[in-house]
Amino acid sequence: MRFSRISKALGVAAVVAMGITACSGGGSGSTDTNAGSGNTSKVVNAYGGEPQNPLLPANTNEVFGGRVMDMIYSGLVSYDASGKTVNELADSIKTTDSQNYTIKIKPGEKFSDGSPVTAKNFVDAWNFGALSTNAQLNSYFFESIDGYKDVSAMSADGKTAAPTAQTMSGLAVVDDTTFTVKLSQPESDFPLRLGYTAFYPMTEAAIADPKASGEKPVSTGPYMLKTWTHNSSIELVPNPNYTGPRKPKNAGITFKVYTTADAAYSDLLSNNLDVLDGIPAASLKSFQSDLGDRSIIKPYAGNATLTIPSYLPAFQGEAGKLRRQAISKSIDRELIIDKIFNKTKEIAKDFTAPVLEGYSDSIPGSDVLKFDATAAKKLWDQANAITPWDDSTFTIAYNVDGAGNKEYVDAATNEIKNALGIKAEGKPYATFKELRNDVNKKQLTGASRAGWQADYPSLYNFLGPLYGTGAGSNDGDYSNPAFDAKLKEGLSAKSTDEGNKIFNQAQEILFKDLPVIPLWYQEQTGGWSNNVTGVDFGWNGVPLYQNITGK
Amino acid sequence: MLRFIIRRVLQVIPVFIGSTLLVYFLVFSMSGSPIDALSGGKPISPAVVAQLTAQYHLDQPFIAQYGIFIKNLFTFNLGPSFSGQPIASIIARAFPVTARLAVMALAIEAIFGVTAGVIAGLRKGKLFDGTVLLASLVVIAIPTFVLGFLLQFVVGVKLEWAKPTVSSGANWGDLILPAVVLGLVSFAYVLRLTRTSILENMNADYVRTATAKGLSRPRVVMVHILRNSLIPVVTFLGADLGGLMGGAIVTEGIFNVPGVGNTLYRAVLSGEGPMVVSIVSILVLVFVLANLLVDLLYAWLDPRIRYA
Repeated sequence: MRFSRISKALGVAAVVAMGITACSGGGSGSTDTNAGSGNTSKVVNAYGGEPQNPLLPANTNEVFGGRVMDMIYSGLVSYDASGKTVNELADSIKTTDSQNYTIKIKPGEKFSDGSPVTAKNFVDAWNFGALSTNAQLNSYFFESIDGYKDVSAMSADGKTAAPTAQTMSGLAVVDDTTFTVKLSQPESDFPLRLGYTAFYPMTEAAIADPKASGEKPVSTGPYMLKTWTHNSSIELVPNPNYTGPRKPKNAGITFKVYTTADAAYSDLLSNNLDVLDGIPAASLKSFQSDLGDRSIIKPYAGNATLTIPSYLPAFQGEAGKLRRQAISKSIDRELIIDKIFNKTKEIAKDFTAPVLEGYSDSIPGSDVLKFDATAAKKLWDQANAITPWDDSTFTIAYNVDGAGNKEYVDAATNEIKNALGIKAEGKPYATFKELRNDVNKKQLTGASRAGWQADYPSLYNFLGPLYGTGAGSNDGDYSNPAFDAKLKEGLSAKSTDEGNKIFNQAQEILFKDLPVIPLWYQEQTGGWSNNVTGVDFGWNGVPLYQNITGK
Repeated sequence: MLRFIIRRVLQVIPVFIGSTLLVYFLVFSMSGSPIDALSGGKPISPAVVAQLTAQYHLDQPFIAQYGIFIKNLFTFNLGPSFSGQPIASIIARAFPVTARLAVMALAIEAIFGVTAGVIAGLRKGKLFDGTVLLASLVVIAIPTFVLGFLLQFVVGVKLEWAKPTVSSGANWGDLILPAVVLGLVSFAYVLRLTRTSILENMNADYVRTATAKGLSRPRVVMVHILRNSLIPVVTFLGADLGGLMGGAIVTEGIFNVPGVGNTLYRAVLSGEGPMVVSIVSILVLVFVLANLLVDLLYAWLDPRIRYA
């Protein structure tokens, strides 16, 4: 059995993009956009799962809760299908130094219960999310804001949460529609993050009673929650107070809760389910012929890598660098994608993902990702000349509860074995959490499969949290001052474009050190029923539900 | 009789404590903190980890955690799951669904199994006997998940006679297909058990006596042969009910039934000790009660059995 939650769990629930297509310009105000392209009275049955956490902005960090949150909420900005930020509730987000931001929200915006959206709703919601005693899983998203240290402080013995302040000093309400944000250091990509789930506003009542709000949120998005029947379905209906760019073109979305994508696929084939994202592994070979023009394969902002921790003795110093390069060159990514994933991945050419602004497929040094068994063996021998390999087995750790993991890890270890003439094998873990336990405690004895799904569309999101010294998801303990300096330089750049250039220079350093070995970019597979039309996926691989109409 | 029932009910106590302790310990010993599953591999602030750890008593030793669970159990307040919903209401939603599924499966295997078994037994060596024996062999040989996927694909997707998965209400009609899959394997066993038992009893002295007395054939079959042949079948069905209540994880997964099996599977993956043990405790109770019921049925079926 396969659980999407687990296989996708590496990604935080990403933000559903908004689809502004050329023909839907009539958005706000008019209910009958582009007449003729579909039946807008259709309620769409979509693939979903039981949200792991209550539906609170700062507590939703997985895909199934995330897709609901992103439909019922809108934040200051949202992301369009290509991942560009578009103002949603924000009127303007201004800064001169990338550290102090003045945010104005549109006047007259309302929550689904009719109460006005004010600057205070944002500031209070962010303070609620950041305060450690509220135990919100996304609280680290606020760590850039000045004063986060105080609300997330630990007691002297380091065992209990002991915040020294209840609110962050960096947030201040100016008037009903204006607030200011002071970061603890310049970060040019801060405005890009504001479409992420954690940054949604909350009503005063919700903050006073988060438990009730998590069950039935009052929200700001294109839809609002009608009913949530636990473990079975979540019904959303259009929110009449929504005026933003993601105006629904259907009469609602019903997320059906599945425990396996296989069951959902059977429902899709018999038109009992309208939209499925993530075709189950067993049907990857046949889904295109089963569904014909009702199928889709689309790249999204995610990738897969192999982490080789720098704390492993054999992978340190110059020899370690050569060994990592050798392993990278001994994996025939193309063959694995063809044979195991049925061409539903794209070969990696950098450490980020191709749907992002500023992405480059020709960063100097990216040759190291090209398969070349002879060159790999040469590099390995060079490493052995420095410090000989102790003839131990090279392992790649993986969790068996994620579909396809075993197959590709076995293939990769076989290729490594053949190219380098060493012993290599997969090291299975029964569950994702057991694998994470060893990863977090830095107890890996070999490489480990890894991957990243973007929280928000930005190159930095693929670099800073993963390879910055001491960063939260730096599983391999990578540290290079030159790389850190480049990241800092990129963050304080004046524009995103300029910042992206510097981030790509930072990647050149990564290509030399190879803290992880990039394997491939993720592509989302999906399909839809005979009952609907207008299905497309956003930058994060989640369907653009609001654009789906009946036939 | 009453003493027998009391004794059996008292036996539940050590069984209950032993099994919950064991299961709780197994979940407790799983490596990896449930918080790792919650965070999904994303960074999580140490202060939040500390807060969650304290909230769910994850920092306590095993015996303390188990003690808290037992205390909660007896105060009828199982606390919230990691998803923030009360465990009691999650269980209250899942059990009726699985109970419906189990009852239907049990009915299918009992009615069809016994009927076919009786006919096959009475006509030993005939075409019907041969056919059902062969068919039951095939059913026993095929793993449940193959049968499940096959029926789902043929009946649900190709023929469209039924929905391939269970809808959110999980009403009786929706559950027919999964109940058939669930009941099929046991159906084969029930059939074979009944058939063998009938064959044995057909040659018994009291049957010959009954026939010699001039009783009609239907009466001989129904009252003298069948009733005496049902003891092993009832034992099997009783044990099966317990199994059906908790062991339908595969079938519930295939047909997306929002029942106990699915809930249990999810709870195990996320390492939620209290949830797993709460479900298992109820399963233990169901098992014990089903067995008690079977024992009482013996006396009714065979008056020679007495309880002291």
